[in-house]
Amino acid sequence: MANGYRIVIGLEVHVELRTNTKIFCSCANRFGAEPNTQVCPICMGMPGTLPVLNKKALEYAIKAGLALNCNIASFSKFDRKNYFYPDLPKGYQVSQFDLPIAHGGWINITGEDGQPKRIGITRLHLEEDAGKLLHEGTDAFSSLVDYNRAGVPLIEIVSEPDLRSPEEARQYLTELRNILRYTGVSDVKMEEGSLRCDCNISLNPVTTDQYGTLVEVKNLNSFRAVQRALEYEVERQAALLDSGCQVKRETRSWDDSAGVTRSMRSKEKAHDYRYFPEPDLVPVAVDQAWVETIRQDLPELPEAKRKRFMQDLGLPPYDAEVLTASQELAAFFEECLAVYDDAKTVSNWVMGELLGYLNQEGLDITASPVAPKQLGELLQLIADGTISGKIAKQVFVQVCQTGKDPQTIVAEQGLRQISDSSQLEGIIAEVLAAHPQVAEDFRSGKEKALGFLVGQVMKATRGQANPQLVNELLRKKLQ
Amino acid sequence: MKIAVTEVEYVAHLARLALDEEEKVGFTRQLNDILTHMDRLSRLDTEGVPPTYHAIDMKNVFRADQTRTWLSRAEALANAPDQENGCVKVPRVVEE
Repeated sequence: MANGYRIVIGLEVHVELRTNTKIFCSCANRFGAEPNTQVCPICMGMPGTLPVLNKKALEYAIKAGLALNCNIASFSKFDRKNYFYPDLPKGYQVSQFDLPIAHGGWINITGEDGQPKRIGITRLHLEEDAGKLLHEGTDAFSSLVDYNRAGVPLIEIVSEPDLRSPEEARQYLTELRNILRYTGVSDVKMEEGSLRCDCNISLNPVTTDQYGTLVEVKNLNSFRAVQRALEYEVERQAALLDSGCQVKRETRSWDDSAGVTRSMRSKEKAHDYRYFPEPDLVPVAVDQAWVETIRQDLPELPEAKRKRFMQDLGLPPYDAEVLTASQELAAFFEECLAVYDDAKTVSNWVMGELLGYLNQEGLDITASPVAPKQLGELLQLIADGTISGKIAKQVFVQVCQTGKDPQTIVAEQGLRQISDSSQLEGIIAEVLAAHPQVAEDFRSGKEKALGFLVGQVMKATRGQANPQLVNELLRKKLQ
Repeated sequence: MKIAVTEVEYVAHLARLALDEEEKVGFTRQLNDILTHMDRLSRLDTEGVPPTYHAIDMKNVFRADQTRTWLSRAEALANAPDQENGCVKVPRVVEE
Protein backbone atom coordinates (compact mmCIF):
# COMPACT_ATOMS: atom_id res chain seq x y z
CA MET A 1 0.00 0.00 0.00
CA ALA A 2 2.76 2.45 0.82
CA ASN A 3 5.73 0.75 -0.78
CA GLY A 4 8.76 2.97 -0.93
CA TYR A 5 7.57 5.34 1.82
CA ARG A 6 8.43 5.64 5.47
CA ILE A 7 5.36 6.26 7.61
CA VAL A 8 5.88 8.63 10.54
CA ILE A 9 3.14 8.92 13.17
CA GLY A 10 2.94 10.81 16.45
CA LEU A 11 -0.05 10.88 18.77
CA GLU A 12 -1.47 13.59 21.01
CA VAL A 13 -3.62 12.00 23.66
CA HIS A 14 -5.90 13.89 26.05
CA VAL A 15 -6.97 12.13 29.21
CA GLU A 16 -9.49 13.40 31.76
CA LEU A 17 -8.32 12.95 35.33
CA ARG A 18 -10.66 11.23 37.76
CA THR A 19 -10.63 13.84 40.49
CA ASN A 20 -13.69 14.75 42.57
CA THR A 21 -13.58 18.36 41.45
CA LYS A 22 -12.46 20.40 38.46
CA ILE A 23 -8.90 21.60 38.01
CA PHE A 24 -9.33 25.23 39.14
CA CYS A 25 -12.66 25.31 40.97
CA SER A 26 -14.77 23.20 43.35
CA CYS A 27 -17.40 22.05 40.86
CA ALA A 28 -18.02 18.30 40.67
CA ASN A 29 -16.11 16.43 37.96
CA ARG A 30 -18.66 13.81 37.02
CA PHE A 31 -19.72 12.48 33.62
CA GLY A 32 -23.36 12.44 32.57
CA ALA A 33 -24.97 15.15 34.76
CA GLU A 34 -27.74 17.41 33.45
CA PRO A 35 -26.29 20.26 31.33
CA ASN A 36 -24.87 23.24 33.20
CA THR A 37 -25.50 21.85 36.68
CA GLN A 38 -21.79 21.52 37.52
CA VAL A 39 -20.65 25.06 36.87
CA CYS A 40 -19.59 28.09 38.89
CA PRO A 41 -18.39 31.63 38.23
CA ILE A 42 -14.79 30.37 37.83
CA CYS A 43 -15.34 27.72 35.14
CA MET A 44 -17.99 29.91 33.48
CA GLY A 45 -15.31 32.59 33.07
CA MET A 46 -17.03 35.37 35.04
CA PRO A 47 -14.94 38.52 35.41
CA GLY A 48 -13.11 38.93 38.71
CA THR A 49 -12.91 35.24 39.62
CA LEU A 50 -9.63 33.55 40.47
CA PRO A 51 -8.69 29.93 39.73
CA VAL A 52 -6.84 27.82 42.33
CA LEU A 53 -5.09 24.58 41.35
CA ASN A 54 -6.58 21.31 42.62
CA LYS A 55 -3.70 19.51 44.34
CA LYS A 56 -5.13 16.09 43.45
CA ALA A 57 -5.04 16.98 39.73
CA LEU A 58 -1.35 17.85 40.08
CA GLU A 59 -0.70 14.63 41.98
CA TYR A 60 -2.45 12.58 39.27
CA ALA A 61 -0.48 14.31 36.52
CA ILE A 62 2.76 13.50 38.35
CA LYS A 63 1.61 9.92 38.88
CA ALA A 64 0.82 9.53 35.18
CA GLY A 65 4.17 11.09 34.31
CA LEU A 66 6.04 8.64 36.52
CA ALA A 67 4.11 5.66 35.11
CA LEU A 68 5.19 6.80 31.63
CA ASN A 69 8.85 7.03 32.69
CA CYS A 70 8.91 10.84 32.46
CA ASN A 71 11.05 13.33 34.31
CA ILE A 72 8.94 15.40 36.67
CA ALA A 73 9.75 19.10 36.41
CA SER A 74 10.83 20.65 39.68
CA PHE A 75 9.42 23.97 38.41
CA SER A 76 6.34 24.29 36.27
CA LYS A 77 3.82 26.97 35.33
CA PHE A 78 0.55 27.59 33.53
CA ASP A 79 -0.08 29.59 30.37
CA ARG A 80 -3.05 30.92 28.46
CA LYS A 81 -3.80 29.52 25.04
CA ASN A 82 -5.97 32.12 23.34
CA TYR A 83 -8.69 31.30 20.83
CA PHE A 84 -12.39 31.89 20.37
CA TYR A 85 -14.82 29.04 20.40
CA PRO A 86 -18.21 28.85 22.12
CA ASP A 87 -17.17 25.90 24.30
CA LEU A 88 -14.42 28.00 25.86
CA PRO A 89 -16.05 30.50 28.23
CA LYS A 90 -12.97 32.63 28.96
CA GLY A 91 -11.71 33.02 25.38
CA TYR A 92 -8.57 31.13 26.45
CA GLN A 93 -7.69 27.71 27.75
CA VAL A 94 -5.41 27.45 30.75
CA SER A 95 -2.68 25.04 29.68
CA GLN A 96 1.08 24.64 29.98
CA PHE A 97 3.38 25.88 27.23
CA ASP A 98 7.12 25.94 27.85
CA LEU A 99 7.35 24.37 31.31
CA PRO A 100 5.15 21.24 31.34
CA ILE A 101 4.86 19.19 34.52
CA ALA A 102 6.56 16.15 32.90
CA HIS A 103 8.75 15.40 29.88
CA GLY A 104 11.11 12.88 28.33
CA GLY A 105 9.31 9.59 28.97
CA TRP A 106 8.70 6.38 27.02
CA ILE A 107 6.64 3.24 26.84
CA ASN A 108 7.34 -0.09 25.15
CA ILE A 109 5.27 -1.68 22.44
CA THR A 110 5.99 -4.85 20.47
CA GLY A 111 7.71 -3.99 17.21
CA GLU A 112 7.16 -5.77 13.90
CA ASP A 113 10.08 -8.11 14.69
CA GLY A 114 8.38 -9.18 17.93
CA GLN A 115 11.00 -7.37 20.01
CA PRO A 116 10.09 -4.56 22.42
CA LYS A 117 10.17 -1.15 20.73
CA ARG A 118 10.51 1.99 22.78
CA ILE A 119 8.20 4.88 21.88
CA GLY A 120 9.30 8.23 23.26
CA ILE A 121 6.99 10.60 25.10
CA THR A 122 7.95 14.20 24.46
CA ARG A 123 5.90 15.80 27.20
CA LEU A 124 2.92 15.54 29.50
CA HIS A 125 1.15 18.69 30.62
CA LEU A 126 -1.88 19.74 32.66
CA GLU A 127 -4.72 21.78 31.23
CA GLU A 128 -8.43 22.40 31.53
CA ASP A 129 -11.04 20.76 29.34
CA ALA A 130 -13.53 22.86 27.33
CA GLY A 131 -17.32 22.61 27.43
CA LYS A 132 -19.33 20.48 25.07
CA LEU A 133 -21.12 21.68 21.95
CA LEU A 134 -24.39 19.91 21.28
CA HIS A 135 -25.92 20.23 17.85
CA GLU A 136 -29.05 18.16 18.23
CA GLY A 137 -32.43 19.46 19.29
CA THR A 138 -32.01 22.95 17.85
CA ASP A 139 -32.69 24.79 14.67
CA ALA A 140 -30.09 24.60 11.92
CA PHE A 141 -28.54 27.93 12.86
CA SER A 142 -27.75 27.30 16.52
CA SER A 143 -25.61 25.12 18.75
CA LEU A 144 -26.18 24.46 22.43
CA VAL A 145 -23.36 24.56 24.95
CA ASP A 146 -23.02 22.56 28.16
CA TYR A 147 -20.22 23.83 30.41
CA ASN A 148 -20.17 20.90 32.86
CA ARG A 149 -16.96 19.70 31.20
CA ALA A 150 -15.34 23.14 31.16
CA GLY A 151 -12.53 23.05 33.70
CA VAL A 152 -12.32 19.27 34.03
CA PRO A 153 -8.63 18.42 34.55
CA LEU A 154 -6.86 16.99 31.52
CA ILE A 155 -3.40 15.73 30.84
CA GLU A 156 -2.14 15.95 27.28
CA ILE A 157 0.45 13.32 26.39
CA VAL A 158 2.50 14.00 23.27
CA SER A 159 4.49 11.15 21.74
CA GLU A 160 7.67 11.44 19.74
CA PRO A 161 7.21 10.74 16.00
CA ASP A 162 8.44 7.18 16.66
CA LEU A 163 5.47 5.20 15.38
CA ARG A 164 5.99 3.61 11.95
CA SER A 165 2.61 2.07 11.12
CA PRO A 166 -1.10 2.36 12.01
CA GLU A 167 -0.70 -0.94 13.86
CA GLU A 168 2.08 0.50 16.03
CA ALA A 169 -0.14 3.51 16.74
CA ARG A 170 -2.91 1.18 17.89
CA GLN A 171 -0.48 -0.70 20.12
CA TYR A 172 0.90 2.48 21.63
CA LEU A 173 -2.59 3.75 22.38
CA THR A 174 -3.62 0.42 23.93
CA GLU A 175 -0.53 0.27 26.13
CA LEU A 176 -0.90 3.92 27.13
CA ARG A 177 -4.53 3.34 28.08
CA ASN A 178 -3.67 0.22 30.10
CA ILE A 179 -0.89 1.99 31.99
CA LEU A 180 -3.10 4.95 32.84
CA ARG A 181 -5.95 2.68 33.87
CA TYR A 182 -3.57 0.81 36.20
CA THR A 183 -2.51 4.06 37.87
CA GLY A 184 -6.16 4.91 38.54
CA VAL A 185 -5.76 8.55 37.48
CA SER A 186 -8.44 8.21 34.78
CA ASP A 187 -11.08 5.76 33.66
CA VAL A 188 -9.73 6.24 30.08
CA LYS A 189 -12.99 5.50 28.28
CA MET A 190 -12.83 6.63 24.69
CA GLU A 191 -16.60 6.26 24.28
CA GLU A 192 -17.21 8.70 27.18
CA GLY A 193 -14.51 11.03 25.94
CA SER A 194 -12.23 10.57 28.94
CA LEU A 195 -9.53 9.50 26.47
CA ARG A 196 -9.22 11.38 23.18
CA CYS A 197 -6.63 11.04 20.49
CA ASP A 198 -5.37 13.23 17.64
CA CYS A 199 -2.83 11.87 15.18
CA ASN A 200 -0.03 13.46 13.21
CA ILE A 201 1.04 11.52 10.16
CA SER A 202 3.46 12.07 7.30
CA LEU A 203 5.05 9.95 4.60
CA ASN A 204 8.46 10.37 3.06
CA PRO A 205 10.38 8.36 0.45
CA VAL A 206 12.62 5.77 2.10
CA THR A 207 15.51 7.25 0.14
CA THR A 208 15.57 10.28 2.45
CA ASP A 209 15.52 10.87 6.21
CA GLN A 210 13.56 14.07 5.85
CA TYR A 211 10.07 14.06 7.22
CA GLY A 212 7.24 14.62 4.76
CA THR A 213 4.43 17.15 5.13
CA LEU A 214 2.50 16.64 8.33
CA VAL A 215 -1.25 16.10 8.37
CA GLU A 216 -3.22 16.23 11.59
CA VAL A 217 -6.23 13.92 11.94
CA LYS A 218 -8.99 14.68 14.44
CA ASN A 219 -12.41 13.35 15.44
CA LEU A 220 -11.22 9.84 16.29
CA ASN A 221 -13.76 8.28 18.61
CA SER A 222 -12.50 4.74 19.02
CA PHE A 223 -9.31 2.70 18.88
CA ARG A 224 -10.55 1.22 15.63
CA ALA A 225 -11.17 4.68 14.21
CA VAL A 226 -7.57 5.66 14.99
CA GLN A 227 -6.20 2.70 13.09
CA ARG A 228 -8.64 3.00 10.18
CA ALA A 229 -8.09 6.75 9.79
CA LEU A 230 -4.31 6.25 9.76
CA GLU A 231 -4.58 3.44 7.22
CA TYR A 232 -6.74 5.70 5.07
CA GLU A 233 -4.20 8.55 5.35
CA VAL A 234 -1.32 6.24 4.41
CA GLU A 235 -3.17 5.27 1.22
CA ARG A 236 -4.24 8.82 0.46
CA GLN A 237 -0.82 10.38 0.97
CA ALA A 238 1.00 7.58 -0.85
CA ALA A 239 -1.34 7.97 -3.84
CA LEU A 240 -0.69 11.72 -3.92
CA LEU A 241 3.07 11.27 -3.73
CA ASP A 242 3.01 8.46 -6.31
CA SER A 243 1.31 10.75 -8.79
CA GLY A 244 3.85 13.49 -8.19
CA CYS A 245 1.49 15.70 -6.18
CA GLN A 246 2.30 17.32 -2.87
CA VAL A 247 0.59 16.56 0.43
CA LYS A 248 -1.01 19.69 1.85
CA ARG A 249 -0.24 20.61 5.43
CA GLU A 250 -3.66 20.67 7.06
CA THR A 251 -6.02 19.33 9.71
CA ARG A 252 -8.40 16.61 8.56
CA SER A 253 -11.44 15.15 10.24
CA TRP A 254 -12.23 11.42 10.24
CA ASP A 255 -15.70 10.50 9.02
CA ASP A 256 -16.26 7.09 10.58
CA SER A 257 -19.35 6.06 8.60
CA ALA A 258 -17.86 7.08 5.24
CA GLY A 259 -14.43 5.76 6.20
CA VAL A 260 -12.59 8.83 4.90
CA THR A 261 -10.78 11.90 6.25
CA ARG A 262 -11.84 15.36 5.12
CA SER A 263 -10.10 18.69 5.19
CA MET A 264 -11.22 20.98 8.07
CA ARG A 265 -11.00 24.42 6.57
CA SER A 266 -12.16 26.16 9.73
CA LYS A 267 -9.09 25.09 11.70
CA GLU A 268 -6.45 26.32 9.29
CA LYS A 269 -5.96 29.94 10.19
CA ALA A 270 -6.45 29.67 13.92
CA HIS A 271 -3.07 28.24 14.89
CA ASP A 272 -1.76 31.48 16.37
CA TYR A 273 -2.63 30.96 20.02
CA ARG A 274 -0.52 33.82 21.46
CA TYR A 275 0.45 31.86 24.58
CA PHE A 276 1.46 33.93 27.57
CA PRO A 277 2.00 33.10 31.26
CA GLU A 278 -1.25 32.80 33.23
CA PRO A 279 -1.10 35.68 35.73
CA ASP A 280 -3.97 34.28 37.85
CA LEU A 281 -2.07 31.13 38.85
CA VAL A 282 1.24 31.03 40.67
CA PRO A 283 3.97 28.60 39.55
CA VAL A 284 4.31 25.08 40.90
CA ALA A 285 7.54 23.90 42.52
CA VAL A 286 7.29 20.16 43.03
CA ASP A 287 9.11 18.76 46.03
CA GLN A 288 11.25 15.72 45.17
CA ALA A 289 10.16 13.93 48.36
CA TRP A 290 6.53 14.21 47.26
CA VAL A 291 7.42 12.79 43.84
CA GLU A 292 9.07 9.82 45.57
CA THR A 293 5.98 9.26 47.73
CA ILE A 294 3.84 9.19 44.58
CA ARG A 295 6.31 6.84 42.91
CA GLN A 296 6.10 4.43 45.86
CA ASP A 297 2.36 4.48 45.44
CA LEU A 298 2.45 3.25 41.81
CA PRO A 299 1.03 -0.22 41.30
CA GLU A 300 2.83 -2.94 39.36
CA LEU A 301 2.38 -1.72 35.75
CA PRO A 302 1.22 -3.85 32.81
CA GLU A 303 4.66 -4.50 31.31
CA ALA A 304 6.15 -5.65 34.63
CA LYS A 305 3.11 -7.82 35.28
CA ARG A 306 3.33 -9.38 31.80
CA LYS A 307 6.99 -10.18 32.34
CA ARG A 308 6.28 -11.75 35.70
CA PHE A 309 3.44 -13.86 34.29
CA MET A 310 5.73 -15.12 31.53
CA GLN A 311 8.93 -15.59 33.51
CA ASP A 312 7.64 -16.69 36.91
CA LEU A 313 4.45 -18.47 35.89
CA GLY A 314 5.58 -19.73 32.48
CA LEU A 315 2.61 -18.31 30.59
CA PRO A 316 2.85 -17.70 26.82
CA PRO A 317 3.06 -14.02 25.73
CA TYR A 318 -0.51 -14.10 24.40
CA ASP A 319 -1.93 -15.24 27.75
CA ALA A 320 0.15 -12.68 29.64
CA GLU A 321 -1.13 -9.91 27.40
CA VAL A 322 -4.80 -10.86 27.67
CA LEU A 323 -4.66 -11.35 31.44
CA THR A 324 -2.92 -8.03 32.12
CA ALA A 325 -5.28 -5.94 29.96
CA SER A 326 -6.80 -4.73 33.19
CA GLN A 327 -5.67 -4.83 36.78
CA GLU A 328 -8.96 -6.39 37.84
CA LEU A 329 -8.62 -9.27 35.39
CA ALA A 330 -5.00 -9.86 36.46
CA ALA A 331 -6.09 -9.79 40.11
CA PHE A 332 -8.87 -12.31 39.36
CA PHE A 333 -6.33 -14.60 37.72
CA GLU A 334 -3.91 -14.35 40.62
CA GLU A 335 -6.59 -14.91 43.26
CA CYS A 336 -7.72 -17.96 41.37
CA LEU A 337 -4.13 -19.14 41.15
CA ALA A 338 -3.87 -18.91 44.94
CA VAL A 339 -6.59 -21.60 45.16
CA TYR A 340 -5.49 -23.73 42.23
CA ASP A 341 -1.81 -23.63 41.52
CA ASP A 342 -1.57 -24.40 37.79
CA ALA A 343 -1.07 -21.15 35.89
CA LYS A 344 -1.77 -22.41 32.37
CA THR A 345 -4.98 -24.22 33.36
CA VAL A 346 -6.23 -21.18 35.28
CA SER A 347 -5.29 -18.97 32.33
CA ASN A 348 -7.18 -21.20 29.88
CA TRP A 349 -10.31 -21.09 32.01
CA VAL A 350 -10.12 -17.35 32.65
CA MET A 351 -9.52 -16.52 28.97
CA GLY A 352 -11.91 -19.16 27.65
CA GLU A 353 -14.90 -19.87 29.88
CA LEU A 354 -14.84 -16.75 32.05
CA LEU A 355 -14.16 -14.07 29.42
CA GLY A 356 -16.46 -15.93 27.04
CA TYR A 357 -19.29 -15.81 29.53
CA LEU A 358 -18.65 -12.16 30.48
CA ASN A 359 -18.50 -11.13 26.82
CA GLN A 360 -21.70 -12.94 26.03
CA GLU A 361 -23.47 -11.26 28.95
CA GLY A 362 -21.84 -7.87 28.31
CA LEU A 363 -20.30 -7.82 31.79
CA ASP A 364 -17.06 -6.31 33.02
CA ILE A 365 -14.68 -8.46 35.07
CA THR A 366 -15.56 -6.34 38.11
CA ALA A 367 -19.15 -7.58 37.75
CA SER A 368 -18.18 -11.24 37.35
CA PRO A 369 -20.82 -13.50 38.87
CA VAL A 370 -18.08 -16.05 39.60
CA ALA A 371 -15.60 -15.34 42.37
CA PRO A 372 -11.94 -16.25 41.73
CA LYS A 373 -12.11 -18.68 44.64
CA GLN A 374 -15.07 -20.48 43.05
CA LEU A 375 -13.24 -20.94 39.76
CA GLY A 376 -10.19 -22.21 41.67
CA GLU A 377 -12.35 -24.73 43.53
CA LEU A 378 -13.96 -25.87 40.29
CA LEU A 379 -10.53 -26.58 38.82
CA GLN A 380 -9.64 -28.43 42.00
CA LEU A 381 -12.68 -30.66 41.49
CA ILE A 382 -11.41 -31.61 38.02
CA ALA A 383 -7.90 -32.22 39.29
CA ASP A 384 -8.95 -34.58 42.07
CA GLY A 385 -11.20 -36.54 39.72
CA THR A 386 -14.48 -35.48 41.33
CA ILE A 387 -15.86 -34.23 38.01
CA SER A 388 -14.78 -34.43 34.40
CA GLY A 389 -13.65 -31.40 32.43
CA LYS A 390 -16.79 -31.62 30.37
CA ILE A 391 -19.10 -31.59 33.39
CA ALA A 392 -16.99 -28.76 34.85
CA LYS A 393 -17.97 -26.53 31.95
CA GLN A 394 -21.64 -27.11 32.75
CA VAL A 395 -21.00 -26.49 36.45
CA PHE A 396 -19.19 -23.26 35.55
CA VAL A 397 -22.25 -21.89 33.74
CA GLN A 398 -24.40 -22.84 36.70
CA VAL A 399 -22.07 -21.10 39.14
CA CYS A 400 -22.45 -18.01 36.91
CA GLN A 401 -26.21 -18.28 36.89
CA THR A 402 -26.88 -19.23 40.50
CA GLY A 403 -23.87 -17.93 42.40
CA LYS A 404 -23.71 -21.27 44.23
CA ASP A 405 -20.35 -22.87 44.98
CA PRO A 406 -19.20 -25.59 42.56
CA GLN A 407 -19.18 -28.25 45.31
CA THR A 408 -22.79 -27.48 46.16
CA ILE A 409 -23.89 -27.74 42.54
CA VAL A 410 -22.01 -31.02 42.07
CA ALA A 411 -23.56 -32.48 45.26
CA GLU A 412 -27.08 -31.21 44.61
CA GLN A 413 -27.23 -32.57 41.09
CA GLY A 414 -25.23 -35.70 41.66
CA LEU A 415 -22.65 -34.76 39.05
CA ARG A 416 -19.84 -36.46 40.83
CA GLN A 417 -17.74 -38.47 38.41
CA ILE A 418 -18.17 -42.23 38.69
CA SER A 419 -14.69 -43.55 39.46
CA ASP A 420 -15.81 -46.66 41.17
CA SER A 421 -15.27 -49.63 38.82
CA SER A 422 -17.97 -51.74 40.48
CA GLN A 423 -20.51 -49.05 39.60
CA LEU A 424 -19.34 -48.98 36.00
CA GLU A 425 -19.02 -52.69 35.32
CA GLY A 426 -22.76 -53.26 35.09
CA ILE A 427 -23.18 -50.45 32.58
CA ILE A 428 -20.24 -51.70 30.54
CA ALA A 429 -21.73 -55.17 30.39
CA GLU A 430 -25.00 -53.68 29.11
CA VAL A 431 -23.24 -51.64 26.44
CA LEU A 432 -21.25 -54.64 25.24
CA ALA A 433 -24.39 -56.75 25.12
CA ALA A 434 -26.17 -54.10 23.07
CA HIS A 435 -23.32 -53.74 20.55
CA PRO A 436 -21.80 -57.18 20.03
CA GLN A 437 -20.64 -56.37 16.48
CA VAL A 438 -18.65 -53.33 17.59
CA ALA A 439 -17.07 -55.35 20.37
CA GLU A 440 -16.12 -57.96 17.80
CA ASP A 441 -14.62 -55.27 15.53
CA PHE A 442 -12.37 -54.10 18.34
CA ARG A 443 -11.26 -57.59 19.16
CA SER A 444 -10.29 -58.10 15.54
CA GLY A 445 -8.04 -55.04 15.68
CA LYS A 446 -10.24 -52.03 14.91
CA GLU A 447 -8.88 -49.64 17.49
CA LYS A 448 -11.46 -46.98 16.60
CA ALA A 449 -14.33 -49.18 17.77
CA LEU A 450 -13.30 -48.57 21.35
CA GLY A 451 -14.10 -44.87 21.08
CA PHE A 452 -17.68 -45.68 20.15
CA LEU A 453 -18.06 -47.96 23.15
CA VAL A 454 -16.57 -45.39 25.54
CA GLY A 455 -19.04 -42.88 24.11
CA GLN A 456 -21.94 -45.23 24.79
CA VAL A 457 -20.87 -45.68 28.42
CA MET A 458 -20.47 -41.92 28.85
CA LYS A 459 -23.93 -41.43 27.39
CA ALA A 460 -25.43 -44.04 29.70
CA THR A 461 -23.89 -42.25 32.71
CA ARG A 462 -24.88 -38.75 31.49
CA GLY A 463 -21.22 -37.84 31.14
CA GLN A 464 -20.38 -38.70 34.72
CA ALA A 465 -18.21 -41.74 34.22
CA ASN A 466 -14.49 -41.20 34.51
CA PRO A 467 -13.55 -41.64 30.83
CA GLN A 468 -10.07 -42.96 31.58
CA LEU A 469 -11.45 -45.58 33.87
CA VAL A 470 -14.09 -46.58 31.30
CA ASN A 471 -11.33 -46.98 28.77
CA GLU A 472 -9.32 -49.23 31.02
CA LEU A 473 -12.29 -51.35 32.03
CA LEU A 474 -13.44 -51.80 28.43
CA ARG A 475 -9.98 -52.92 27.31
CA LYS A 476 -9.81 -55.40 30.13
CA LYS A 477 -13.25 -56.78 29.27
CA LEU A 478 -12.46 -57.10 25.58
CA GLN A 479 -9.14 -58.85 25.93
CA MET B 1 9.28 50.56 13.30
CA LYS B 2 9.17 46.98 14.62
CA ILE B 3 5.63 46.23 13.58
CA ALA B 4 3.37 47.60 10.87
CA VAL B 5 -0.33 48.41 10.79
CA THR B 6 -0.99 45.06 9.09
CA GLU B 7 0.25 43.22 12.19
CA VAL B 8 -1.96 45.29 14.44
CA GLU B 9 -4.88 44.42 12.18
CA TYR B 10 -3.97 40.72 12.37
CA VAL B 11 -3.78 40.68 16.17
CA ALA B 12 -6.96 42.76 16.43
CA HIS B 13 -8.69 40.18 14.26
CA LEU B 14 -7.46 37.29 16.44
CA ALA B 15 -8.72 39.13 19.53
CA ARG B 16 -12.01 40.03 17.80
CA LEU B 17 -11.36 43.75 18.24
CA ALA B 18 -12.89 46.22 15.77
CA LEU B 19 -10.47 49.14 15.39
CA ASP B 20 -10.99 52.23 13.26
CA GLU B 21 -8.15 53.69 11.15
CA GLU B 22 -7.16 56.21 13.81
CA GLU B 23 -6.96 53.51 16.50
CA LYS B 24 -4.91 51.24 14.24
CA VAL B 25 -2.32 53.96 13.72
CA GLY B 26 -2.40 54.89 17.43
CA PHE B 27 -1.91 51.31 18.62
CA THR B 28 0.83 50.68 16.07
CA ARG B 29 2.77 53.65 17.49
CA GLN B 30 2.15 52.61 21.13
CA LEU B 31 3.10 48.96 20.53
CA ASN B 32 6.30 50.07 18.76
CA ASP B 33 7.16 52.29 21.72
CA ILE B 34 6.68 49.32 24.07
CA LEU B 35 8.81 47.06 21.89
CA THR B 36 11.54 49.69 21.70
CA HIS B 37 11.53 49.83 25.48
CA MET B 38 11.81 46.02 25.58
CA ASP B 39 14.93 46.33 23.42
CA ARG B 40 16.39 48.71 25.94
CA LEU B 41 15.68 46.19 28.73
CA SER B 42 17.25 43.42 26.66
CA ARG B 43 20.57 45.27 26.68
CA LEU B 44 20.84 44.83 30.48
CA ASP B 45 23.22 42.13 31.69
CA THR B 46 20.96 39.46 33.22
CA GLU B 47 23.63 36.78 33.43
CA GLY B 48 22.84 34.60 36.46
CA VAL B 49 19.49 36.27 37.12
CA PRO B 50 16.70 33.67 37.20
CA PRO B 51 13.80 34.44 34.84
CA THR B 52 10.64 35.87 36.32
CA TYR B 53 7.61 33.76 35.58
CA HIS B 54 5.17 35.64 37.74
CA ALA B 55 4.77 39.18 39.03
CA ILE B 56 4.37 38.04 42.62
CA ASP B 57 6.92 35.84 44.31
CA MET B 58 4.65 32.99 45.37
CA LYS B 59 4.34 29.34 44.44
CA ASN B 60 2.29 26.23 45.25
CA VAL B 61 -1.12 27.62 46.03
CA PHE B 62 -3.44 24.62 46.06
CA ARG B 63 -7.04 23.65 46.72
CA ALA B 64 -8.24 20.45 48.37
CA ASP B 65 -10.23 18.17 46.06
CA GLN B 66 -13.60 18.83 47.72
CA THR B 67 -16.78 19.68 45.89
CA ARG B 68 -18.89 22.72 46.59
CA THR B 69 -22.07 23.74 44.84
CA TRP B 70 -22.15 27.37 43.89
CA LEU B 71 -24.66 28.26 41.20
CA SER B 72 -28.06 26.91 40.31
CA ARG B 73 -28.51 26.26 36.62
CA ALA B 74 -30.86 29.23 36.34
CA GLU B 75 -28.21 31.47 37.90
CA ALA B 76 -25.47 30.03 35.70
CA LEU B 77 -27.49 30.79 32.57
CA ALA B 78 -28.84 34.16 33.72
CA ASN B 79 -26.30 36.14 31.69
CA ALA B 80 -26.57 34.06 28.54
CA PRO B 81 -27.98 36.00 25.59
CA ASP B 82 -30.08 32.97 24.66
CA GLN B 83 -30.73 29.52 26.07
CA GLU B 84 -32.51 26.28 25.27
CA ASN B 85 -32.89 22.99 27.20
CA GLY B 86 -30.66 24.16 30.02
CA CYS B 87 -27.87 25.06 27.60
CA VAL B 88 -26.38 28.30 26.35
CA LYS B 89 -27.59 28.85 22.80
CA VAL B 90 -25.05 30.22 20.35
CA PRO B 91 -24.87 30.70 16.58
CA ARG B 92 -24.04 27.37 15.00
CA VAL B 93 -20.37 26.62 14.62
CA VAL B 94 -19.75 25.12 11.24
CA GLU B 95 -16.98 22.53 11.10
CA GLU B 96 -16.08 21.64 7.56
